[in-house]
Amino acid sequence: MLVLEGKSVFAGIAIGPVILYKRMVHTVAGHVVTNPESEVARFRAARLTAQNQIKALYEKALTEVDEKTANIFDVHQMMLDDLDYIEAIESTIRTQKMNAEYAVNATADSFAKMFAAMDDAYMQARAADVKDISGKVLNILTGGNEGLVTLEKPSILAANDLVPSETVSLDKNKIMAFITEAGSTNSHTAILARTMGIPAIVGLGNKLVANLKNDLTVIVDGFEGKVYIDPDATTLSVMSAKLEKDKKHKALLADLKGKPNETKSGHQIKVYANIGQPKDLAAVLDNDAGGIGLFRSEFLYLGRDNFPSEEEQFTAYKTVLETMHGKEVVIRTLDIGADKQVGYFNLPHEDNPALGYRAIRICLTQPEIFKTQLRAILRASAFGKADIMFPMITSAKEIEDAKAIVSEVKEELKLKGIAFDENIKIGIMIETPAAAVISDELAKHVDFFSIGSNDLTQYTLAIDRQNTSLDRFFNAHHPALLRLIAHTAESAHANGIWVGICGELGADQALTEEFIKMGIDELSVSPASILPLRERIRNID
Amino acid sequence: MKEFAYTVKDPEGIHARPAGLLVKEAGKFKSKITITAGSKHGDLKRIFGVMALGVKTGTTVTISAEGEDEEPAIAAIEAFMKAHL
Repeated sequence: MLVLEGKSVFAGIAIGPVILYKRMVHTVAGHVVTNPESEVARFRAARLTAQNQIKALYEKALTEVDEKTANIFDVHQMMLDDLDYIEAIESTIRTQKMNAEYAVNATADSFAKMFAAMDDAYMQARAADVKDISGKVLNILTGGNEGLVTLEKPSILAANDLVPSETVSLDKNKIMAFITEAGSTNSHTAILARTMGIPAIVGLGNKLVANLKNDLTVIVDGFEGKVYIDPDATTLSVMSAKLEKDKKHKALLADLKGKPNETKSGHQIKVYANIGQPKDLAAVLDNDAGGIGLFRSEFLYLGRDNFPSEEEQFTAYKTVLETMHGKEVVIRTLDIGADKQVGYFNLPHEDNPALGYRAIRICLTQPEIFKTQLRAILRASAFGKADIMFPMITSAKEIEDAKAIVSEVKEELKLKGIAFDENIKIGIMIETPAAAVISDELAKHVDFFSIGSNDLTQYTLAIDRQNTSLDRFFNAHHPALLRLIAHTAESAHANGIWVGICGELGADQALTEEFIKMGIDELSVSPASILPLRERIRNID
Repeated sequence: MKEFAYTVKDPEGIHARPAGLLVKEAGKFKSKITITAGSKHGDLKRIFGVMALGVKTGTTVTISAEGEDEEPAIAAIEAFMKAHL
């Protein structure tokens, strides 16, 4: 068994027989010609035939794939009509007195090099377009056929590389997956794989084709970007299970998407997503989240050696808000402590960072950091539906102090005439026992609560969940925890505010019914947990 | 000669398809039409030339037209860019 790694274009799994595709390579024989004008005529005729072929591909793509894919061929036609391209070929024929094949090949090379040298990944991938159209012309000049691949049974297609015309001319009902040696995630092969929903891995390197022969079993793991050639029994069984799981999940998605999070008796509860970065957004939308119940803002501060600027933060928040198209996004202000790698914060070493100078404590002590983040959030709030949430709260005074700073920032923005959501909602995490116990008091100061069950559990049980030697003492459903959650929910509703759960407990299906009975308004979970949770909710009386 | 400056708003810059459509639009007119981005310029009727400029989002380009139909050419191209780029 050989395992190769590449760049995955699509999350999916395929297990099946491989079929190798090798393009007919014409070694371009260049030779001097005595009659350049007849070579020019040959080229012109071949160019017209190529245009007709491309037009046919355009039509096929339009009916079988989509307009976006078809447009690839539209661009190919424009390239083939381009005067720079045509003049370069014809002048090579005339001035160097070479045959048409040589001229087309040389021109293709130089244009492809021009694209490959650009500093934009998208443009670099366009070199393949030039090669595709030129390859067509060459094929016609040398009398080859169109190079179509006919598949007899569902197979995994392996090749050094595929150009769009090859990809589109394939029978997509018989292709289980693509794997190629070359290729970037910006290449047309990749774009097509994404559009057609086929697992694909590109950039696997030059060991791929050499180690394959037709009908060999291959596993394509689009989740990990790995290809297993001639897998052993263990791998085959593990991956088959993964494939089954993925099929079930996709069926679930198809079935539950768009359906409400409603029990049989009609009780509705919001199911939102927790995200750590804007790139998680695709999963949020794919899994039909009603909103984002926790946008962890720490990613902006981690993995760097200076503070993120207001502009950087603003762009990130704005992206998320716009992508969510008016669906609620709860942005938690920075939740960092000495246990994270943020040297530039200059946090003093602590023996007990979990109980230390972190999160809102840093923000209130060093308001410049806080104000920069709040300014970015408020500016972004003009572009969607944002809520602000403070972490690690233990007292009403902390809330008042934090809100005072928010008001200050609002005033400053107003003076500058910068737009923001004047009615932006402000809430807090309930993740300390203190906050849970006095939640009836705190509810008077905020617009919502979100229960951070992970930390609440640790602080309440005085247990570090990562310490496996304590497993016998740890109870994720400890009655103390459930009482605190119930009390928090009561406090919230007594004061007319909503309460959600954004920690892991939110996705715990053993507790869903209890949470619904408590009147929890919202569960915010990882995107992959949304639809299974919806299924659970819909199965509750 | 008539010209106008335009800042590209499309997050993908001037990519293959819009470049092609831009070229098609420019091709309708007799005037010589040039696109300038920084120190580089290209003939707006030639797709490879336009793509080679590698115009990214936020870049300001200048379009200039010279010829008997320069006014309608500039108007049409400006309208096209506003709508698609």
